[in-house]
Amino acid sequence: MNDSDDIVREFLVESYENLDRLDRDLLQLEKNPNDREILASVFRTIHTIKGTSGFLAFNQLGAVTHVGESLLGLLRDGQKALDRDITNALLAMVDTVRQILASIEATGSEGERNDDGLISRLTRLQGLPEAAPPAEPPTEPKAAAAAAAAGAGEMSGGESSYAAAGTSKAGNAKSESFEVGSFMITNEPAITACPAPPAVMAEKLAAVPADEAADAQPALQAAAGPSAADRTIRLDVSLLDRLMNLVGELVLARNQILQFANRTEDSGLLLPSQRLNLITSELQEGVMKTRMQPIGNIWNKFPRTVRDLALGCGKQVRVEMEGQETELDKTLIEAIKDPLTHLVRNAVDHGVERPEVRQAAGKNPEGRLALRAFHEGGQVNIEISDDGAGLDQERIRNKAIQKGLISAEQAGRLTDREIVNLVFLPGFSTAEKLTNVSGRGVGMDVVKTYIEKIGGTVELQSRPGKGVMVRMKIPLTLAIIPALIVTSAGERYAVPQVSLLELVRVEPAAERNGIEMIHGAPVYRLRGRLLPLVYLNRELQVGSEPSTAVEGDAGDVQAVNIVVLEADGRQFGLVVDFINDTEEIVVKPLSKHLKSISVYAGATIMGDGKVALILDVLGLARGSRILTEGREHGRAGAAEATAEAAARQQKLVLFSGPGASRMAVPLELLARLENIPGAQVERSGNQWVTQYRGQILPLIRVGHALEERRHLPALDDVQLPTTAMLQVLVLEHERQSFGLVVHEILDIVESALEPRSPATRACVLHSSVIADRVTELLDVPALLAAGERYEPVLATDPNRAERRADT
Amino acid sequence: MANARQFCTFYLNHLLFGVESQKIQEVVTYRELRPVPLAPPAVSGLMNLRGQVVVALELRRQLELPDRLADLKPVCLVVRAAGGAVCLLADEVGNVVDVEDETFEPSPETLSPRLRSVILGVHKLEHELMHVLDTDRACEV
Repeated sequence: MNDSDDIVREFLVESYENLDRLDRDLLQLEKNPNDREILASVFRTIHTIKGTSGFLAFNQLGAVTHVGESLLGLLRDGQKALDRDITNALLAMVDTVRQILASIEATGSEGERNDDGLISRLTRLQGLPEAAPPAEPPTEPKAAAAAAAAGAGEMSGGESSYAAAGTSKAGNAKSESFEVGSFMITNEPAITACPAPPAVMAEKLAAVPADEAADAQPALQAAAGPSAADRTIRLDVSLLDRLMNLVGELVLARNQILQFANRTEDSGLLLPSQRLNLITSELQEGVMKTRMQPIGNIWNKFPRTVRDLALGCGKQVRVEMEGQETELDKTLIEAIKDPLTHLVRNAVDHGVERPEVRQAAGKNPEGRLALRAFHEGGQVNIEISDDGAGLDQERIRNKAIQKGLISAEQAGRLTDREIVNLVFLPGFSTAEKLTNVSGRGVGMDVVKTYIEKIGGTVELQSRPGKGVMVRMKIPLTLAIIPALIVTSAGERYAVPQVSLLELVRVEPAAERNGIEMIHGAPVYRLRGRLLPLVYLNRELQVGSEPSTAVEGDAGDVQAVNIVVLEADGRQFGLVVDFINDTEEIVVKPLSKHLKSISVYAGATIMGDGKVALILDVLGLARGSRILTEGREHGRAGAAEATAEAAARQQKLVLFSGPGASRMAVPLELLARLENIPGAQVERSGNQWVTQYRGQILPLIRVGHALEERRHLPALDDVQLPTTAMLQVLVLEHERQSFGLVVHEILDIVESALEPRSPATRACVLHSSVIADRVTELLDVPALLAAGERYEPVLATDPNRAERRADT
Repeated sequence: MANARQFCTFYLNHLLFGVESQKIQEVVTYRELRPVPLAPPAVSGLMNLRGQVVVALELRRQLELPDRLADLKPVCLVVRAAGGAVCLLADEVGNVVDVEDETFEPSPETLSPRLRSVILGVHKLEHELMHVLDTDRACEV
């Protein structure tokens, strides 16, 4: 064994695990032969072993698994039914595979084996035309040999049927491998398991010298030390998560003890607490490490992949790697494995030119593929670059226009860099680009989706004639993220640093020059460009409204802290009270009670043990309408604000008004639902009021407000309620409380408020269909205003005015 | 018929409530809660329970009782609910009582539907009535 040691070891560990499962699956399958899922799983397992064994030039293993796979294929396709004979043969195959693996582990090679008996048995069971009669015992050597010759090709000639199958496909090896690449991303194990073009495999199978295989002994248990499977242990990641949580807890407890110990002079406490300190730190580091793996683990496979791929398409490619030791979280390593492999394949297949082309261009005939990984700003950067021809921008541009992804006019405005990044657009690539656009862009949108799913970014740089570089930025771990801690209304919030662009502090003196209003929507001039501002206090409806600079009193103008964020390609400024610091935080999920609030991404526990909320930048941007299809900043008014609030919260209180008509108000305006006895309602002017929590709560009758708005009611019309109990929604709008007397409170629903139709009467924003019924969404500010319109009547009557003054 | 059950009791606005004791993970003293803006009114905040972030719900609001006076510190009953641990805020913890099914009576019809879904019924104890709380419903907002 040599430098491919690691690959082999990984193959062994993986295969052992698969084999254990295979035993189980096969037995289960015997009981229930029609379970297609198990059958497919068995097929995949064998296919994987076969594929990898060919890749690693274990031809005996390849031969055995190949016939096994063919048989399983028939079973899977329903052409054969599983019976005892077949199960026995398959189990025998599993045993054989296990023996070969043990031999590989002990000696590094398969050893001298003769598995023709098994191979022929498996071949015969496939029921191929020239197969021996079924009654014949499976171990009969003669028949076996015949069957092997007929079904599987000439074994002694060093070319297994497996290799033969490969050769037959060698003609279109290029397109073949290409498809493999594009499918890798789809996570289809059956396909990912075929890492090298078949042509290469055939070559390798033929190339293994017989004597090298011969001197290895199949001494299974002879090798010293534990086997590969014993040295590693597979753990449920949730167990590690739990450990990590507990360690976090321990760290907090340690901090408290240290604080306490430092206040005392008692060396009996000081010393152990110092030790506790050290041990805790090491433990924390250790637990974190359990989840961290060097990126080299996945890179190590690339030199081989590249070599075989390059050979397959007649190219020369040298792989350079830098930063293999860069560590990142296990789940992330898994997640970037497929996209990385895809990019590497692309680079070899379509990036690097053929040697003669390179020479003609004055380049080294040997192409270079460089992999580079390094930490930067709490993220891992991974760069995959080649020195090939680069992307053909003109073709990409035309392709994008042709596919309708951009308009010709848009295309004209794009920079070179924007053009090459068009390949990330979904729908850019199809089978056709295999010959077009140099094949780049195959499944690039999928690569992008994968990377973004784990909180990373990917971009592409192309220099014509010089090559292409794809750069990914991946967070170190998903569990711990760097975040900026800000304070709003006295509480701390964490803003994930991934979305953070910069921090701006506008001093009071400069403020008037900085923050301006576009029809009520605050914006900030950041280096000449207008940045829409979102006030965190306002979004969260907490604390006092920060002075909005333009209208603000000169007296209490304070410095404004703006956190410039980017969400989905749009920038906006988040105005907070204070900017504290950056910290690494452990992300904790929110309970289901709070999941529906889109502005939070989670919670975290700060160093002092207190809980802080993590803001969801995308949610904030959506909530504050930074991100919408149509930009509707101009029409900001009270009614608009209510409608907007309703549209984004989408939570509504449903109630019935007069005549059983359905109405709704946004839940966020609702303070309480109350049953108020009719006897407690008093008259104040022509309004109903009631004493509520030590205050006087004006009551607005829904029917009254909607229907009698045209003529102001004469005072005598105001009747006190006749019903014993009134259902009242206590609403709050702009810190004004009032009760809305409704017929019946029905439900609290979440609704998209679509479709909607314009209002047919005042105090109604629009109608929409909620829970299959047409429902009117009330315009609360207008309702309030309608209530206030009675005022002049009051003023003309001195008695009433007096009474009102009392209130 | 003597089906004995064990209840953990607590007080809310001088009313005695009970939760089946196996639903209770633990009872902890009040600690500072982190308020959550925009959250439903019954959500009092988030609590750090040994490194776990647990949502705290005000039972008085859930049960449509008047709010607790500001100077009364509630106690936290941590219950195992469907979606994980939830902390329910109550006024005061009582005893653990053993009751039998015979003393149980369902909630009267006169209770509002919302309350009837949360309060399953009462156990007639010697001196008072113990309201039996459906923890899963009480943990819903």
